[in-house]
Amino acid sequence: MKNIISKKVQDMQPSGIRAFFDLVLGMKDVISLGVGEPDFVTPWPIREAGISSLEQGFTSYTSNKGLYKLRLSISRYLKNKHGLEYSPDEEILITVGVSEGVDLVLRSIINPGDKVLVPQPSYVSYGPMTELAGGVPIYIDTTKNNFKLTPKLLEKYVHEKPKAIILNYPVNPTGVSYTKKELSEFNKFFLKHKIICISDEVYGDLTYDFEHTPFATLSGAKSNTVFLDGFSKSYAMTGWRVGFACAPKEIIAAMTKIHQYTIMCVPITSQMAACEAFVTGRRSVEEMKREYRRRREFFIGKLNELGLECDKPEGAFYAFVCVKKSGLNGMDFAQKLLKEQKVAVVPGSAFGENLENYVRMSYASSFDNLKEALNRMEVFLKGLKKHG
Amino acid sequence: MDEILEILEKDGRIPAETIAKMLKKKPQSVKDAIKKYEKDGVILKYKAVVNKDLIRDEDSHVRALIEVNIVPQKDFGFDKIAERIYSFPEVSSCYLISGTYDLLVIIEGKNIHTVSNFVAEKLSCLENVRGTATHFLLKKYKEDGVILKHKEENKRIAISY
Repeated sequence: MKNIISKKVQDMQPSGIRAFFDLVLGMKDVISLGVGEPDFVTPWPIREAGISSLEQGFTSYTSNKGLYKLRLSISRYLKNKHGLEYSPDEEILITVGVSEGVDLVLRSIINPGDKVLVPQPSYVSYGPMTELAGGVPIYIDTTKNNFKLTPKLLEKYVHEKPKAIILNYPVNPTGVSYTKKELSEFNKFFLKHKIICISDEVYGDLTYDFEHTPFATLSGAKSNTVFLDGFSKSYAMTGWRVGFACAPKEIIAAMTKIHQYTIMCVPITSQMAACEAFVTGRRSVEEMKREYRRRREFFIGKLNELGLECDKPEGAFYAFVCVKKSGLNGMDFAQKLLKEQKVAVVPGSAFGENLENYVRMSYASSFDNLKEALNRMEVFLKGLKKHG
Repeated sequence: MDEILEILEKDGRIPAETIAKMLKKKPQSVKDAIKKYEKDGVILKYKAVVNKDLIRDEDSHVRALIEVNIVPQKDFGFDKIAERIYSFPEVSSCYLISGTYDLLVIIEGKNIHTVSNFVAEKLSCLENVRGTATHFLLKKYKEDGVILKHKEENKRIAISY
């Protein structure tokens, strides 16, 4: 059977923590801090728009690029909020989440052997998607730098002559984000070395300590940037699978070519619901953001009191925690914590190399859950000390 | 609205120390703010939202919404007569509203008879009350922002990237 499977897919590394995921899914009554999505349900006006579109019989294909109305809404929103101008006709494509967006860009610009920089820790799909597109991912280890990318760190990879970088901020899994000043430095670097910036900003709305700066707003960046965003995290719409890509028209045209043959278009119900997000959803975004920020203060403060060290994340809803002091590595910590106290976290090794001593904890969980999880972790850590 | 109020509106039992942590403030300053809200009447009281449908029969109770038409009084308008009405302990809420009638009075009673007795013997007899229309409440779906339904299971899968 094995020889049926293509060489490319056979060569893909299976995720090292698949077995751990199966273990979690097989257990009952687990408090999960292992979830990569909001714990809110999509705001009702958005859900209602989806239902009502079905009632009215909107069940057909849309244009490949997506509903014009949605592209127009995105274009207007970006103009009003960030002063960013993208033409709804030629420079915006509606994708199946940001995931499809990343895949489409990579397949549109990568020739066999082209190198793509991927700062790590990173979201799990960037490397494998680069490989599937025929490229070579070059991982940048940021662990010794508080998980922050810097021009100095980038400098070390110039000799690789990378064609692009996949920049994600706020970062899943660390919550690290960058100020306008920091981003401007990156931008200068990318322009100087002709590195295309694939900017995954899906957590952009969840930036707590300063304003999120879209990369394309930086001076001279727009023509060199593919801006990817979506509705999943800001509007709690993960299951609807709607994202969008904004880029120079040549790139959007190339991406649309692949998209039309593979996906055709994003489901119309999801697109119609997404239109409503811009109309009534913004208020919910602000409410959810305030709630996440409160949880962040509480959760990170408590973690550090427990001796689980982690810097305060600037965005998203993750804490990337060093568990070395517990005497366990991230995988053992996660397994033991799950078995003994039924709290699920994700081992850091899922997100790249040299992350054995970390786990990712998501605070996208109700306040009561967070409190209970912290109590259980306290008991767990005391137990470790006793027996350790 | 102040975030302290936003938090307390959702959960009135959350300790000031926890709120302080959530908002990165000093516990004393949160306590002071809450005290001031209580003193100024911004926070009126703390109570549990009870789903009375789930309580056993002997404790059963009914609720009615009563539309009341009133003849306003010189110098006082509706306020004096409203006061006479809302002072009855049976009245749980009382609102002056625009439209075809004047006061919306919400009554809680042990059963349908106690409510009708109240309307017939107390409310309708007041001299400035011109007429009433009583609507008994049949089913509660949502109250004070809380949906009165058993919590559904978490729909998210327990772990994902």
